[in-house]
Amino acid sequence: MLRVENLHSGYGRIQALHGIDVQVPEGEIVTLIGANGAGKTTLLMTICGNPRATAGRVLLDGQDITRLPTHRIARLGLAHSPEGRRIFPRMSVHENLQMGAVVADSRHQADDLERVLALFPRLKERLNQRGGTLSGGEQQMLAIGRALMSRPRILLLDEPSLGLAPLVVRHIFDLIARINREQKVTVFLVEQNAFHALKLAHRGYVLVNGRVMLSGSGAELLNNPDIRSHYLEGGGAA
Amino acid sequence: MAGAVLAGALREALAAAVVAAGLALPLLGFRLVDSSQGLSLGTRLDWVAWAALAVGLGRFLLTLSRRLRPASPRHRPSAGAVPAQADRLRPWAGWALAGLAVTLPFLPFADRNLVDKATLVLIYVMLGWGLNIVVGLAGLLDLGFVAFYAVGAYSYALLSTGLGWSFWICLPLAGLFAAGFGVALGFPVLRLRGDYLAIVTLGFGEIVRVVLQNWQDLTGGPNGISAIPRPTLFGLRFAANAPEGHRTFADFFGLPFSGEHRVIFLYFVILGLALLTNLFTLRIRRLPVGRAWEALREDEIACRSLGLNPTNIKLSAFALGAMFAGFAGSFFATRQGFISPESFTFIESAVILAIVVLGGMGSQIGVVLAALLLVGLPEWFRDLQQYRMLAFGGAMVLIMLWKPSGLLSDRSPTIRLGDRR
Repeated sequence: MLRVENLHSGYGRIQALHGIDVQVPEGEIVTLIGANGAGKTTLLMTICGNPRATAGRVLLDGQDITRLPTHRIARLGLAHSPEGRRIFPRMSVHENLQMGAVVADSRHQADDLERVLALFPRLKERLNQRGGTLSGGEQQMLAIGRALMSRPRILLLDEPSLGLAPLVVRHIFDLIARINREQKVTVFLVEQNAFHALKLAHRGYVLVNGRVMLSGSGAELLNNPDIRSHYLEGGGAA
Repeated sequence: MAGAVLAGALREALAAAVVAAGLALPLLGFRLVDSSQGLSLGTRLDWVAWAALAVGLGRFLLTLSRRLRPASPRHRPSAGAVPAQADRLRPWAGWALAGLAVTLPFLPFADRNLVDKATLVLIYVMLGWGLNIVVGLAGLLDLGFVAFYAVGAYSYALLSTGLGWSFWICLPLAGLFAAGFGVALGFPVLRLRGDYLAIVTLGFGEIVRVVLQNWQDLTGGPNGISAIPRPTLFGLRFAANAPEGHRTFADFFGLPFSGEHRVIFLYFVILGLALLTNLFTLRIRRLPVGRAWEALREDEIACRSLGLNPTNIKLSAFALGAMFAGFAGSFFATRQGFISPESFTFIESAVILAIVVLGGMGSQIGVVLAALLLVGLPEWFRDLQQYRMLAFGGAMVLIMLWKPSGLLSDRSPTIRLGDRR
């Protein structure tokens, strides 16, 4: 569904990605793990058109979206929940969710809201509360829920576990699996929390210094001794 | 415990008094004495002492009041759910204010002077509401807002004196021109935010003023444009005598001629325009466009990833804010009958911005209160003469101490569950 071919990108003269190839087949959860500064966020941002790729292509359902501006890409059924959640803190939860639906057909809006609230009952309780007053886990739910409001076919998630307590992280990952299974949304998940993210994934990639070092099924990577020593043991493996 | 608080407050008061004395010494401490031997330098150290004492005492009381009740909920405007009380109060207060505004000219104590001042305040309320779209909702700091006010004023002045078009035809045109200028300003500053945007808009405002000042052939330069026609009510003039083929307002309604008719008529024109601005803003906040403005203020990157085009959002905010300034500008021109670049200096932009900020960014009623305070009070207290600006500055400092995020800073949501209007 989403295919990244030989993608190069960076900020000004600093190159962050050196020829990335990634495939996200329809209906799957694909995880990309990597350390700080490996280029995970840059890859997601480049897929979304900001910054622009310096070389290579991004294909969504075979359509080349490499040169499209960000807001046009979002209208093609690709939703992006950016790093650090980026909810609208002074707007209510309800308004936040509505902002997610701007590109969707407004006739579906009530249904979509119901669907998202069924997935995140916590948000339903806090519908009239300001986004900024939610806890970190609730804000992450809101960010994902907001992205789902546009009825995406593919969801890009940038470190949904960032800054959350282990129990909350597990809950968020359970929800991601449910979204994929029940709502048939393809998920491309970028994470540092390798253990949880790989357990969830059909397929995984390991990014090191802007290059894909390893790829394989989630289980394969989880059992790979290199991965274990670099990303799991002593990390968030418990 | 109490002793420590007292000692701390005293220490702060002493520090404040020393600073005040240091500032007051050059400002108040010296004076020129005009005596028979010519001018000589005298001192006024008692004034310095009084100033230091007043500041020290004020600081002492302020510190004490803060330390003794530190957990007052008033100081946490962002906590928890949207406060219900303010919400119940707000619409009621809005209707009450609107009702007062409509009946004001007919109240027993309303004389020509009062209505005239209320008209002036309403101009600033309207400008504040216009700028509120740009600054309060879309979060784009605009220091050159007066440029659009000027464009509106000159559009009407030039069209009416040059082509003889009536106020009611020129009004929408002036708004359109101003909106065009808004887009013209919007394009080059699309990529800027915050301080950088403020600097460019400041420059834009000055450019417009300098062009008006120097384009002698069109704008009359520093001499301005005079004899700008007054508006009519469906062709009825507000004058003692009408020219051939026209009728006066007083004549048509069989009233004795009075200069007050025109003042009251102008008051209602600006009241209508201001209420139109308000209604428009309240409506558009519930529509996707208006919500997109607020979302853009909160987080531009999130907006993009949700499929919103920031270019369109910013340009629409600039254009609509400018349009209302254009309306206000053409009203200003027709009310004054004379305009010159002097009316459109940076200080005007600063006052309008102060109204928006002081009112609490994005709050419609806050703008009204702030306009009353910033424009109304200095007008009413002209009797204080040289102490006017001192009182004005002091009032602003006090407001910022008590209400650091504006008079009314609680934002009410545009939608609630069960609210299916």
